[in-house]
Amino acid sequence: MIIENSEVILSVNDLTAEVDDIEILKGINLEIKAGEIHAIMGPNGSGKSTLSKVLTGHPAYTITGGTVTFKGQNLLDLAPEERSREGLFLSFQYPLEIPGVSNLDFLRVAYNSKQKHLGLEELDAFDFDDLIRDRLDIVKMNPAFLDRSVNEGFSGGEKKRNEILQMALLEPTLAILDETDSGLDIDALRIVANGVNQLAQSDRAILMITHYQRLLDYIVPDYIHVMEGGRIVTTGGKELALELEERGYDWLTEAEPIGAGV
Amino acid sequence: MVNTSELERKATPSADLDRAATLQRLIQQRHPLPAHSGLQTIRDRALNLLQDQALPNTKDEEWRFADPSALYAIPFQPAPAVDVESMGDWTVGDWAIATLPIRIVVINGRLSSELSNLESLPPGIAIGSLATADETLQPYLAQQQGMNEVFTALNTASFSDGVVIRIGKNQRLETPIHLLFLTAPSAAPIVTTSRALVIAETGSSATLIEEYGALDGGSSLGTSSLDASNSNPYWTNAVTEVWLGDNAQLHHTRTQREAATAFHIGKTTVSQSRDSRYSLCAVSLGAQFSRHNPEIVLTGLQTETHLNGFTLAVQSQVADTHSLIHFAQPYCIAKQLHKCIANDRARVVFNGKLEVPKAAQQTNAAQLSRNLLLSPKARVDTKPQLEIVADDVKCAHGATVSQLDDEEIFYLQSRGLDRKSACDLLVKGFTAEITEKVPSEELRSRLLQSVLSQIQS
Ligand SMILES: Nc1ncnc2c1ncn2[C@@H]1O[C@H](COP(=O)(O)OP(=O)(O)OP(=O)(O)O)[C@@H](O)[C@H]1O
Ligand SMILES: [Mg+2]
Repeated sequence: MIIENSEVILSVNDLTAEVDDIEILKGINLEIKAGEIHAIMGPNGSGKSTLSKVLTGHPAYTITGGTVTFKGQNLLDLAPEERSREGLFLSFQYPLEIPGVSNLDFLRVAYNSKQKHLGLEELDAFDFDDLIRDRLDIVKMNPAFLDRSVNEGFSGGEKKRNEILQMALLEPTLAILDETDSGLDIDALRIVANGVNQLAQSDRAILMITHYQRLLDYIVPDYIHVMEGGRIVTTGGKELALELEERGYDWLTEAEPIGAGV
Repeated sequence: MVNTSELERKATPSADLDRAATLQRLIQQRHPLPAHSGLQTIRDRALNLLQDQALPNTKDEEWRFADPSALYAIPFQPAPAVDVESMGDWTVGDWAIATLPIRIVVINGRLSSELSNLESLPPGIAIGSLATADETLQPYLAQQQGMNEVFTALNTASFSDGVVIRIGKNQRLETPIHLLFLTAPSAAPIVTTSRALVIAETGSSATLIEEYGALDGGSSLGTSSLDASNSNPYWTNAVTEVWLGDNAQLHHTRTQREAATAFHIGKTTVSQSRDSRYSLCAVSLGAQFSRHNPEIVLTGLQTETHLNGFTLAVQSQVADTHSLIHFAQPYCIAKQLHKCIANDRARVVFNGKLEVPKAAQQTNAAQLSRNLLLSPKARVDTKPQLEIVADDVKCAHGATVSQLDDEEIFYLQSRGLDRKSACDLLVKGFTAEITEKVPSEELRSRLLQSVLSQIQS
């Protein structure tokens, strides 16, 4: 929801970034205020995941210019774990499998890292069990998943639900969802969307990256941005998604072609 | 062979020592047996085996990657007998685990009845000292394959005590037997000869946790003279023989957590009769130089063997595992997983030999070696050694050497874990796959703790 004079959560100005000396982000400008839901669409290789990883502090990318302010702080000064504890969350496009590390242990350590940072009570295994069972319900996940290794042998849809479970547990101020809807059937999509909508509150914000208008029926965005060749080339309201679904992306850049990534 | 860095093989001064003379000195210094000891013939036989031998160095194929020569430069004396009074401030301490009430404590190679606790031992299971071994043990003691290998023969020619565990026919023991081989600190370098004989008779089933280490110091006293002497090197030369009768079953855990100054050379020989099931979980964390040789001989049909191993080596530790599974009959199954972590300048070696002769048709064997290098200077040498003659068999093997994955670390960091916690969690995950087989919650968590704290220091 768009709220007059609400607090700016994320402000990205002229952000440029490269990987292995190849410039991927070529000047991103984006402002997200409390309460808002933003969507980023755009062709494969346009830099959507790169933006989400740069924002969360992935070490492979080098920032070459611009600024990012998150809740009034210079985000780029913070280590990835500090960004997380401050309330930034990324649901990965390809969640990793971590053999040998129990999902339950991982979730508890993650939760307690944040609690500790905020000066709040850390939970022992017993109390955490109550909390996590409550959150499992949000994503309709079987408790048996807690005893398995993180994402190991999970189906694509189960991995995405596990990401949303982590989001529901960490209750971030800004959640970036990188193609969380890809590969989900309608039932799973409803569950995931429901989880996200529960998080959407007036003091939080969501940035979702998607290729499909379908998701936007369930999580209705306030703004849609289109990314091409490392830049945001258009911004519009939710009706832009329908137009993109019909006409593709080409018409947006016909006037001024950009040597976009693959 | 997976080599992560090139080995500089340089001649060490100790290589010039006379390896035969060192062996002779160790033989000369042995503690004598009391008159009429039942062990005399066994010791004499081993002495014969040693006549033409020398201690190995890296020129021996079996010792190519882990050089034991440093051992020969130290004037080791046989470990003296230690009674409870003379232990002073040194205690069994944390080695005892409350949830493992059946405890056998062996100090400097001698069974201590004061420190052991056999109260809850059910009938049908006998545990005793090898010092009083009689002729009923003759068919078992030092009768397994591999007894002429030099360190094993030296153990057999030197031991005067040890432990014998006999699980009677069809007996089932649910509680693990906790067997502790501890060395007491000494002002001079000492060699402890540790010996165990385990006989699981037909249809029996038991769990054994065998541990190696040093007595705990009286830490509250600060730097006593004993603490200072703890920095002295000691050497454990250990041999455990396991006999599994028809359809018998043994879950065996073996941990090596010797002091940082120690040398540890150990052998576990296992003979499996038909339909028997043996599983070993061997965890090696301590000692400046360690070597473990699990050697399994499958004498019967349709046996099942699971070998799980974990080795951690940090700083300048060298840790070598050479395993052997010898098949002799059809329809045997063996699964082996060996994992190693090496940090700093440490070296780990894994050599896994599978011998499958013509007679062993329908063998089903799989071996996997997984290694984690935490530092660019750490080194791992891992080698499967498959000697397969039978043609109708399934034998798979594989080896991986990897580092902590940056993407995995980032994933954990993005959930609020700092880099160190993320790495710890990944190391724990790597280790737990093996340590979770240890049948004691307390010991499992101690092993994990020990792994994490060794990696940090
Ligand atoms: N670590 C990397 N090393 C090399 N090239 C990279 C790396 N990360 C991204 N790229 C390149 O940057 C470009 C943008 O990739 P990115 O993953 O951000 O695209 P995307 O918009 O998320 O695409 P998709 O819709 O397919 O997920 C691509 O050309 C990609 O190959
Ligand atoms: Mg992407």
